[in-house]
Amino acid sequence: MFAYIVRRVLATIPVMAVVALFVFSLLYIAPGDPAAVIAGDQATPEDVERIRASLGLDRPYLVRFGAWVFDILRGDLGVSIFTNLPVSLMIKQRLEPTLSLMVVTLILAVSIAVPMGVIAAARVGTFIDKLVMAFAVLGFSVPVFVVGYLLAYIFALELEWLPVQGYTPFANGFFPWIENLILPAIALGSVYIALIARITRASMLEVLQQDYIRTARAKGAGQRSILFLHALKNAAVPIVTVIGIGIALLIGGAVVTESVFAIPGLGRLTVDAILRRDYPVIQGVVLLFSFTYVLVNLFIDILYTLFDPRIRY
Amino acid sequence: MASASVLSPAGVTAANVAVAAPMGDIMPPVKARSGFWGFLYRNPTIAVGGTIVLLMVLMAIFAPLLTYADPTALAPARRTREPSAQYWFGTDMLGRDVYSRVIYGARVSLIVGFSVAICASVIGLTIGLVSGFVRWADSIVMRVMDGMMSIPPILLAIALMALTRGSVGNVILAITIAEVPRVSRLVRGVVLSLREQPYVDAAVAAGTRTPVIIWRHILPNTIAPMTVQATFICAAAMITESILSFIGAGTPPIIPSWGNIMAEGRALWQVKPYIVFFPAIFLSITVLAVNMLGDGLRDTLDPRMAKRI
Repeated sequence: MFAYIVRRVLATIPVMAVVALFVFSLLYIAPGDPAAVIAGDQATPEDVERIRASLGLDRPYLVRFGAWVFDILRGDLGVSIFTNLPVSLMIKQRLEPTLSLMVVTLILAVSIAVPMGVIAAARVGTFIDKLVMAFAVLGFSVPVFVVGYLLAYIFALELEWLPVQGYTPFANGFFPWIENLILPAIALGSVYIALIARITRASMLEVLQQDYIRTARAKGAGQRSILFLHALKNAAVPIVTVIGIGIALLIGGAVVTESVFAIPGLGRLTVDAILRRDYPVIQGVVLLFSFTYVLVNLFIDILYTLFDPRIRY
Repeated sequence: MASASVLSPAGVTAANVAVAAPMGDIMPPVKARSGFWGFLYRNPTIAVGGTIVLLMVLMAIFAPLLTYADPTALAPARRTREPSAQYWFGTDMLGRDVYSRVIYGARVSLIVGFSVAICASVIGLTIGLVSGFVRWADSIVMRVMDGMMSIPPILLAIALMALTRGSVGNVILAITIAEVPRVSRLVRGVVLSLREQPYVDAAVAAGTRTPVIIWRHILPNTIAPMTVQATFICAAAMITESILSFIGAGTPPIIPSWGNIMAEGRALWQVKPYIVFFPAIFLSITVLAVNMLGDGLRDTLDPRMAKRI
């Protein structure tokens, strides 16, 4: 098993290298002259040249790539074209709100979606099952910002139960912090909940047909313990996998959710950077999110081997 | 009645046994509706989803006939009017008619959705076929696809849009690039499992050349899963387009798109929520319809996959 973990960790290195190469190469494969696009329509030729130099586009591709990778390994993501601040510093300042939003969404989504999927599988074909499946299709179809605005309109503007927007740092106390995160987390989690609920149901349906479930029933185990102890444990692998894969949805959705709820996180940073065409910032955020995504999935893969002795490599 | 006497117990003659009436008399004939309408009758999700998509397409094509105002005409004097008989969905910050903008906005969403679905399918199919058949290319191509798949698709599209000028064509290109890796992986998986099929072995043994095997035996079998996948890509692309436009990285503001209209309504949404909600409703219904179509197609075209999810 140790050998497997080492191999799995090593296998992520080429993936991360491809991510880095791809994100870096976007500057070169984008149609047209990126320096001119970034400089905007009112720019003078000098501005364009200055941006070209700051992006390193005036140097040969491989030289530039080598220097860039070396900088990243030292934690240097370059300098923002707009603010002239180091990108890594700008990211660090915006990290907490995004991290909070992600963690709250993750906990909320998993604790809603898994029981939903389990119940749908236990009552397969009934009204409850159809309701869960209908919700899943709806969750896939209604974009994050639509859910966000709807929730904010109902629970913040009309009912005034929760704040409309904004963010309070965790240091100011748990309740002010969570209060601002509930609506964004539900909005961001809707797709994620739909995805997890669907996979949980499918995986549970498969497990519930197994012989050991019949044995458990025969020995008189209660329905709840069969579902949540015997079955869910064995249905866990695809569920945990999709929780990992779905993090890509959370990352993409966070950009929009933060705009809707005015949360000053990495998503806002990305949107602001887009409007100013501040490519180094976008590059840094994309790289950070992609590496996080790869590492989370690596972690989940390793987790299996620890929790599921059936997996042998 | 030779057949009756063979089936009857000994001693029972045809005379004292009530001969069963022909089946048609006791059982009402099963109304096996056939053809196109029967197919829709048996697959209500396809029927409902397809009808809504069709209506949206018609709405997009005939937008000039369905609207009463120019979607780009500015009229600062009558800005942010509430919905009324005159302005069905109200007017936005610049006095443009939201109803007309929403109807015209269907064009961008549908063009982007369909174009991305077609482009991503064709490119993904090609890459998947090459990867599934050319052994030395497989590991390289799949490493690249793994890398691209590690970049969350929306972020990849955002990064691409930051480097190009906002236009419908560039939006399609950016979302296609973000969607291709998943399609390639799917096709490659299908190709690899098809290659193990006995009929492919038989074709190889018969000396069929590889291009012919791909064309005659592999390609037709990828059509069903590809069609299903293309529908889901279409839905995802419409959502991504609206997100890109919403955050200002998509369609240029001059072309009304559902994402754009919402982006413009964002600043005012607490006082004038209708500017955001009307395009949101149209977008959600369209995506829902496309997803329903996809679910229905999956159940009919690809029963194995349907069982898994």
